[in-house]
Amino acid sequence: MMRLAMPVKAMVQRFAFLMLVALGTGLLIIGRADIALTERIRTTVADALAPVLSALAEPLAAGRALAGRAHELFRLHEENARLREENARLLKWQEMARRLEQDNARLRQLLHVTVDPLTSFVTARVVGDTGGSYVRTMLVNAGLRDGVQKGQVAMGEAGVVGRVAEVGQRSARVLLLTDLNSRVPVMLEGSRLRGILSGDNSERPRVEFLPGNSQVSPGDRVLTSGHGGVFPPGLPVGFVASITDGIVRVQPFADYHRLDVVSVVRYDLPRPVAEGEAPALPGRR
Amino acid sequence: MPGLLRRLRGFGRRLAPSLFGIALILLALLPFGLPQFSSVMPLLSVIAVYYWGVYRPDLLPAWAAFALGLVEDALSGGPLGLMALVLALVQGVCVSQRRFLAGAGFVVGWSGFALVAGGAALFIWSVSSLYYLHLFDPRQALAQWALTVFAYPLLAWTFLLAERRMLQPG
Repeated sequence: MMRLAMPVKAMVQRFAFLMLVALGTGLLIIGRADIALTERIRTTVADALAPVLSALAEPLAAGRALAGRAHELFRLHEENARLREENARLLKWQEMARRLEQDNARLRQLLHVTVDPLTSFVTARVVGDTGGSYVRTMLVNAGLRDGVQKGQVAMGEAGVVGRVAEVGQRSARVLLLTDLNSRVPVMLEGSRLRGILSGDNSERPRVEFLPGNSQVSPGDRVLTSGHGGVFPPGLPVGFVASITDGIVRVQPFADYHRLDVVSVVRYDLPRPVAEGEAPALPGRR
Repeated sequence: MPGLLRRLRGFGRRLAPSLFGIALILLALLPFGLPQFSSVMPLLSVIAVYYWGVYRPDLLPAWAAFALGLVEDALSGGPLGLMALVLALVQGVCVSQRRFLAGAGFVVGWSGFALVAGGAALFIWSVSSLYYLHLFDPRQALAQWALTVFAYPLLAWTFLLAERRMLQPG
């Protein structure tokens, strides 16, 4: 009896193993075809483990902050002097911005300009990165129930980080500007030339589809152009870092390695008002 | 009651390697804030599956390795099914070679791991390149492999302690 049972058991095990390999291969093929199923599997798992990840990420961020603070303590004096100077400079800018804001509002009123739709933020903690795979994404601990939706833009302190690519109930995946599949409509600040910022997994994504013989120089600021209606226009993205053989590369303002929190920007494009849906006026029914 | 307690302990024992695996997957995903580190993060889950596959395959069968890989794929954002396939294959290789590996000393075990990890890194690199139709920098695979091999002794030692403390039968 035993002599018979052993080979049968081994055969069953071998068969089960082959089934697993086939299942893995099948999943890869299905995922390549980009079916919603794979996304649902991902977001379900991410939702389940996001609380654990955020519980682990928090002390990590605190530790990093502590190390940063110790470093700052040593340079308190010069930092103070620098900030004082910067503060004086910024106060002048603030005065100017106020004046310009009033000016702008008055001129817009005169010209009946359509105002950009209101934007609001959802702040989320970065709880995971890619763990050694060949993608450039990060996992954040806010999802549908917090108002995050697919396609929204994630901002760091300094500039655009990426776009929300997948969203679950309480977690979302942000596709970074540097990822192979990232495409963002941008413009150069000075010349208003438009192009597409496309990632190639290197640290510096490149600008494609700029008009021929356009004048670009290193240091030019790059902003979102708002084309396609996904990103609000005018968000800071980065600056032109190098131009070699006609390839323009951009250094993103966002520092991916020090990102603890991101703001996901809600941006609702103005849509035509449907009949019978009059815009609500304040103080009236 | 001692019967129930014993059964609970047995259950915990059987679950321990999988829990180790999940903990390592989460550890690998944490944002450490070091430049470029996340792209060469050691393949910690491969270490776990190799160790248990060689020394205690009864505690982490192929389907459990597959499930661990699926969790890793879902969380890392990589191709779904890739790590599942890799971990199942690693488990299969370990079980088939365990008669040779389990009896030998640490250096042989480590060398065997270097081979397996090299195969895994190469497999991940080539499937990712095919999947995204983009030739990724092979240096990333190489760096990842080197870091994985260096991370092995520390983790293997941890597993060994855990095995001695709580997983010995009886």
